[in-house]
Amino acid sequence: MEVALLPLPTSLRAKLFAAGHFTTTTLLFLTPLELAREAQLSNEEALSVLKLVPRSSSSSSSDGIISASSALDGAKTAWDLLEYEKNRKKIVTSCAELDMILEGGFCPKEVTEICGVPGVGKTQLGMQLAINVQIPVKLGGVGGHAIYIDTEGSFMLERALQMTKASIDELVLASSLSSPMDDDLIQQLDIDTYLSHIYLVRVHDPTEQLAVINNLPNLLKEHNQVKLIVIDSITFNFRQDFEDMAGRTRLLAEMGQKLAKIAEEHDLAIVLTNQVTMKPSNNEISRIVPALGESWSHACTNRVMMYWIDTQRYAHVVKSPSLQAATAAYDIDECGICSAKNKSNNKSNNNENKSNNKRLKLDEEAAAADSNNNPAHFC
Amino acid sequence: MAGRKVNRMGVEEKVAHVFTARNLLTAKDVLCKTELELMELLDVPMEALLSAVAFISQKVCPPCHSVLDIMKERAKTEPAYGHLPTGLQGLDGALWGGIPFGIVTEVVGPAGIGKTQLCLMLSALTSMPEALGGLNSGVIYIDTEHKFTSGRLIEIAHSLSPEVLGDNLLQQLAAHVLVLHPSSVADLLQRLQGLEEAIIEHRIKLLVIDSIAALVLSEYGRDRIIQRQEVLGQLASVLKFLAESFRMPVVVTNQVRAETGFGGKDVTFTDKAKSSVMTNAGIPDGPEHQLTAALGTKWAHSVNIRLIMESISGERFIKIAKSPLSATLAFQYEVTLSGIQQKGGQTFEASDGGKMTIQNSG
Repeated sequence: MEVALLPLPTSLRAKLFAAGHFTTTTLLFLTPLELAREAQLSNEEALSVLKLVPRSSSSSSSDGIISASSALDGAKTAWDLLEYEKNRKKIVTSCAELDMILEGGFCPKEVTEICGVPGVGKTQLGMQLAINVQIPVKLGGVGGHAIYIDTEGSFMLERALQMTKASIDELVLASSLSSPMDDDLIQQLDIDTYLSHIYLVRVHDPTEQLAVINNLPNLLKEHNQVKLIVIDSITFNFRQDFEDMAGRTRLLAEMGQKLAKIAEEHDLAIVLTNQVTMKPSNNEISRIVPALGESWSHACTNRVMMYWIDTQRYAHVVKSPSLQAATAAYDIDECGICSAKNKSNNKSNNNENKSNNKRLKLDEEAAAADSNNNPAHFC
Repeated sequence: MAGRKVNRMGVEEKVAHVFTARNLLTAKDVLCKTELELMELLDVPMEALLSAVAFISQKVCPPCHSVLDIMKERAKTEPAYGHLPTGLQGLDGALWGGIPFGIVTEVVGPAGIGKTQLCLMLSALTSMPEALGGLNSGVIYIDTEHKFTSGRLIEIAHSLSPEVLGDNLLQQLAAHVLVLHPSSVADLLQRLQGLEEAIIEHRIKLLVIDSIAALVLSEYGRDRIIQRQEVLGQLASVLKFLAESFRMPVVVTNQVRAETGFGGKDVTFTDKAKSSVMTNAGIPDGPEHQLTAALGTKWAHSVNIRLIMESISGERFIKIAKSPLSATLAFQYEVTLSGIQQKGGQTFEASDGGKMTIQNSG
């Protein structure tokens, strides 16, 4: 087609002629930037010219021309995302302070890693979340099911039963105080119902772990109300039997990406527990660092570190694109995760006669607490 | 599962041929590579590759059952809901019935504290006939320090249940316990990996390794820490697999070593009923007197339950230091004719902030 026939301002047409464009065929394979530079046009002018050029739909993909619409496929505006972020329901932890540093709880579409020393409560938190994700929508919860991928054998049925019962008792009490419960709610707040909505997969080696993750889309189709996936722990199977460490790093990176994609596409929260290892540093005192190496640190959206100071457990948000670095104390009792309990009384009686030592210890603790609050200490 | 052959799974022919040609024979070979690596290696179009990987993943993926279904299944098939009662009432209560099936329980403590006695008692309890309160099942006792004596096993069994000393019953009991002496860590690992048939044939319901530390530490000293960690990981992996697949308890014993680094913290034992408090006030503070479990942090992660046996001012306690089932509770015990018995009915709360220090005083 003749350029002269396109509806363009005269000056624009003159510039196109000057650049040697007399027919639209020469314009077909140019990008806006290229045309702008060639014909001395502004980017907007070049784009407006190219929009007028008739192109058949089949040429766009085979010739590599990407039209504006397909490049932005699937994009959302920040405004839409804000609406979504404000309205999404988070999975609570049953400890108010812990919920606070997470600004409400664990979010869907995010992958959060929980690291900590053995025995600090990672599995307990994972189990608590698998229970709390089921809090009915009517009571402000997510009302979803959970898949629990257990790679270490830590998921104990009796404990799950104990925690479920405690959680349901609390919810029944809380909801019946405000209004009589309807049949629907009564049916939902039932121990057997809860336990039937936690799907357990027991994994024994890295091959099975990778197979499960690859197979998640099928599992999620079968159990389509899942709103939480817990992998406890992501680490165990990858800490031995890998001669090729570079290969392991690549595999872990790919695993992280697959999980992030699943969290995003299926609008669910993924929580991974990670172990810790001792990393010797310059002054000979080993530091506790998350396992799986530096490169794995980048794989998760958020990272929470759990540790002890004295006899108190703490959780600290180490890495997050949206949460502040913050620390919360928490505890674990027969009912599950809970707020920190006041422990001071007994200890102070016994330590009175060691007052000097006690003050020294307190200083040590304060120093440790300071360094513990500094994110650099962990990563 | 990792060893399943790809060409027997029903993968699309063309892709299966390429896998074989490039020496990717098992599920592990295929799945433990990234998609990009596979594409480069195989020169196959991405969609065909992805669908083959998805197919293999589906075949190899472990089963997915709801917790409710698993619970109902176990209630039907397992005694005491999947626990081995130890006879120490407090401990059994805290662990919901006893040493749990399906996971690895570690018993750690200083020399002479009673770890072997506990292992012998558990072996007796497993091998004794049901009528006398046992599980009437086999035990594999891997003895690395040559501490196992049949005489003591029989003495414990007889003390637990006097009827045992009749000839038939004695023979039955002793025949149920298989004692092994591995010559090296490699030998141990190999035997464990090949144990499936034996476990089924001899109806094994308890696996004991006494002690795992002795064997590993003697071969892997300070200069071979990386190799030690690797082999410990492999051992943990196979032990968990055996425990889980055969739904039985696996008990391993570990040693103590001096704790380096930070000075000791006071550990206070508080009686739950708040009627008495025990402290370690007699222990001088100082690194050389603080003990901790051997084998390192990674091993500590790997065991599911850690029971610490320790001595405070001459009294012995067994403490649940790490467990997904219970808080850090401790119970007093003594070594008797019947192995280990609880002394007194008190339950002590003993949290020392996860440091897991072990005491050995008095």
